Amino acid sequence: MAEKVGVYVCDCGSNIAATVDVEHVAQWAGGLPEVAITREYKFLCSSLGQAMIAEDIKTEGLTRIVVAACSPHLHEKTFRRACERAGLNPYLLQMANIREHVSWVTKDRVAATSKVKALVAAAVARVQYHQPLEPMAVAVNPHTLVVGGGIAGIQAALELGDAGYPVYLVEREPSIGGHMAQYDKTFPTLDCAACILTPKMSDVGQHDKIQLLTYSELEEVSGSIGNFKVRIRKKARYVDDATCNGCGLCIEKCPRKVVDDGFEAGMGYRKSIYTPFPQAVPKIPVIDRGSCIWFERGRCRACEKLCPTKAINFDQKDEILEVEVGNIILATGWDMFDCRRMPQYGYGRLANVFTSLEFERMCNASGPTGGRVVLRDGVTEPKSVCIVHCVGSRDKHYNSYCSGICCMLSLKLGHLVLEKTAAKVYACYIDMRPNKKDYEEFYWRLLEEGMLFVRGKVAEVTDVARTPQEEDQLIVQVEDTLLGKQRRIPVDMVVLMGAMEPRRDARETGLKAGISCSMAGWFIERHPKLDPIATMTEGVFIAGACQGPKDIPDSVGQGAAAAARIEGMISRGTVMIEPVVATVQEERCSGCRICNSLCPFNAIDFLETEKVSKINPVLCKGCGTCVAGCPAEAISGAHFSRDQINAEIAGLLCDADGRESGAELAFAPAQAE
Amino acid sequence: MLREIYEPKIVGFFCNWCSYRAADGAGTARIKYAPNVRVVRLMCSGRVDPAFVLKALALGADGVLVAGCHPGECHYIEQNYKTMRRFAMLQHTLTALGISARRVRLVWASAGEGAHLAREIDRFVEDVRTLGPLHWQTQLAEPDHTAEIDRILVEHAEAMEVGR
Ligand code: FES
Repeated sequence: MAEKVGVYVCDCGSNIAATVDVEHVAQWAGGLPEVAITREYKFLCSSLGQAMIAEDIKTEGLTRIVVAACSPHLHEKTFRRACERAGLNPYLLQMANIREHVSWVTKDRVAATSKVKALVAAAVARVQYHQPLEPMAVAVNPHTLVVGGGIAGIQAALELGDAGYPVYLVEREPSIGGHMAQYDKTFPTLDCAACILTPKMSDVGQHDKIQLLTYSELEEVSGSIGNFKVRIRKKARYVDDATCNGCGLCIEKCPRKVVDDGFEAGMGYRKSIYTPFPQAVPKIPVIDRGSCIWFERGRCRACEKLCPTKAINFDQKDEILEVEVGNIILATGWDMFDCRRMPQYGYGRLANVFTSLEFERMCNASGPTGGRVVLRDGVTEPKSVCIVHCVGSRDKHYNSYCSGICCMLSLKLGHLVLEKTAAKVYACYIDMRPNKKDYEEFYWRLLEEGMLFVRGKVAEVTDVARTPQEEDQLIVQVEDTLLGKQRRIPVDMVVLMGAMEPRRDARETGLKAGISCSMAGWFIERHPKLDPIATMTEGVFIAGACQGPKDIPDSVGQGAAAAARIEGMISRGTVMIEPVVATVQEERCSGCRICNSLCPFNAIDFLETEKVSKINPVLCKGCGTCVAGCPAEAISGAHFSRDQINAEIAGLLCDADGRESGAELAFAPAQAE
Repeated sequence: MLREIYEPKIVGFFCNWCSYRAADGAGTARIKYAPNVRVVRLMCSGRVDPAFVLKALALGADGVLVAGCHPGECHYIEQNYKTMRRFAMLQHTLTALGISARRVRLVWASAGEGAHLAREIDRFVEDVRTLGPLHWQTQLAEPDHTAEIDRILVEHAEAMEVGR
C-alpha cells in the first residue's frame, strides 16, 4: 500500500497553538510512514487553508488527507468538500480532533503535544485503510411533520404551506395557539397577543396544504431523513370533526363545570365539553372524559341530544394515524416552573400569591375576570403588588439558567397593573436584563411610569405580621442590595415570575425522534451558534422554546428558519446521506444468523436459499453492532472497518512502552490477526 | 533522583452521538481533565468489538474506556444494551487472562454531559494509575502465553454473542 498522505495541522489562531507545539507536531509527522507532505497553518478552515490542501492534492498527487484541527462534528464536511473539489474522494480524509479533545481540555503543553502526536499518528495510520465511498442519494418526501402548534410550530407550518409543501401539524391540546394564546399583551410593543396570533391560527386552519391534527400526540417515529414513518395518536374527542360545525350549543348546554387547569391556569372554569378558548382553531370541542357526567355515571348525554349536526359520538376510540414525511420539526415548547417547589414564596398556601401565567389570564380581557386585576376573592382591587423575579431561574437549587423573558414579562405585567389599577407596583429583581430591540426603552418607560424596582432576591413571602401595619398583608422579605439593608415590603398581592422549563416529557419526545436533551432538558441543537435549529439526527429540526428559553420573536424566527431549511431539501428533491453501512461478505458468512437479531432496524435478512444473511443498505443505519458481533468477521462496516480501527489503535499507542518510536513505526494491524 | 509520575496510556472508544459530543462539549466549555485518554470515534458503542479492547491492551494501553449514550438513549435505539453485555463478557475474559478487570471501564454520557464525562475520565485515569503499567508486551508476550491468548480470543469470539 503506497499512499501519499498529506498531514495538515491547524493552529486555529491561538486556540490550538497556545497549548500545542504545532510546528513540532507538523515536523514530526513528516517522519510517519507514507506521509508525503506536512503543513502547519493558522486557520485551515479558511478558504485559503482549504485551497492550500486542494492545491497540494493536485500538484503533489496526495491520495490521503489528515487534518488535525477541531472536532469532525464541526468541519469534517468542510474538509471533505475541499478534497472533493480537488478530485479526491471525500472519504479519503481523516480528522484528528486536537482542539476539543486536546488543546481546550489540557493545561500542560508537553502532555498536550504528545497527545496530539498520538492522535495524528492514529489518523495517519487509519487513513491508509480508507476506501473511497459514494454518498447515497435519498429522495425527500415533500411532506413535513410539525409537532407542536404554538407560535413556533404555527410559523413553521405556514412557511412550508405557503411554499406549496404539505404539512401535518400535530398539537396535543384541542386547539393550536400554545402559550401565546394565553397572553393578553406582548412586550415591548403591547400588541394584543390575540390580535396578532388569531389571524395566523385561522390561516393554519384554512390552509389547503396544512393538515391540522389537534388533540393528537406523537406515538412513534421510524425511518430516516427523506422517509420517516410516523405514528400519531388521535385521541378520542367524542365529537366527530367531519360533522361538527362548531356552533357551540353543546358547550352552552353542558351541565358540568370544572376548574380549567389548562388554558385558564386554574383561574377560570370550563365545561366538560369545551374548546379551550373562543378563538380556538379548530372550533371543534372535545369531551373531557374525566369529568363528563355520562362517563362518570352513565346518564346525561345532553350535548348529544342537542347537537344540531349529530356530531357527538360517545363510542369514539383513539385512532392511530400513519403518515410518511421527509422531515420533522419539533416545536414542543415549554412548561412553567411549579412555584410550589419554592415553599418560601407561599404559592398554593397564601391565597394572593399568583404565578405569572395566572396573572396573565387575569389581565386578559377574555379571561376569567374579564381583564380586571383583583385578589383571589374576585372583587377586591389590590393597592399594592409585588412582582418577584427569577422564581426557579438563576438558582442552583432549581434551574441555574436565566429564563430570559421574565424581566420583560415583569415590566409588561407591571405596566398592565399600573394601567388598570391605582396600585403601587414593586419588582424585586436580581439583575434587569432587557437585552433586545426596544426592550431597554420599555424598562425606562416603566421607570417613568412609577414601577418601583428593588434590587435583591426575595427571601420569603409571608403573612406573619410583625407590626400592626403588616396585619392582613403579604410581607415580601428582601435584601435591598442597593440600599444594603433588609426590607419587609407589605403588599396585597404577589406575582411570581416562574421559570421557563423544558416540557416534562421532553426526554421522551426526544427519544421518539432520536434526538437528545441537555442536562436541563432542552433539546440539543447541532451547533449552538451556527446551527441552532438542526439536530444531530438528519431530518429532525427543533424550533422555539423546546431548544431553550425564548420569547416570541425568537421562536417565530426559528420556526421560519427550520421551514426554510426543509424547503431547500424538498426543492432539490434529494439529500445525500452518509454511505456508512454494513455489508455481509457472503463467502465468509456461515449463516449462523446471530447478526439478524442484533439489528433493531430489521435491516438484516436471512436468505433461505443461499443460507447467508444480507443487509439492506437502505434500512441499515451504520451503527456497526453487527460488524462487532459477527463471529466469522464476515460483516464489514464501511468507514469503520476492522482494519481502520485497528490501525487507529496502533497509531494511538505509537509511543507506548516497548514499542518503537512513532517515526519508525510501521502500521500493520492486519498482520496481528 | 527525580521520580517521574507514572502516566497511564488509555484508549477510549466513544460513540459518535452522545459520548463523543460530550467530550466535544467539555472542550468547548474548556473543562480541564487528564490528557491520558486517546479517543477512537465509533458510530455507536455497539461497534466496540471486544477484540479492539484486547488489541489496545496488547499494543501497550494500560486501560480502556468505553463510553456510550445512556441506556435507552442510544442513537440506534438499544445497541448500548448489547455493549453492556459484551462488556461483562470482556471483563470475564480479562480476568481469565490475569488482567484486572478494572483496567476497562464502561461509562455513559449524554451529549450534554461534558462535565460529567471529564470527571469520569479523571477518575478512571487515577484508578488505572494505581493499578500501574500493564506491560502486556513483556509479561504476556511469551510464546505459550501468546498461544493461550489466541485460544481465548477464538473462544471469546464464539461466546461473546448476545443476540439470541
Ligand atoms: S449511539 Fe451512543 S451508544 Fe449507541
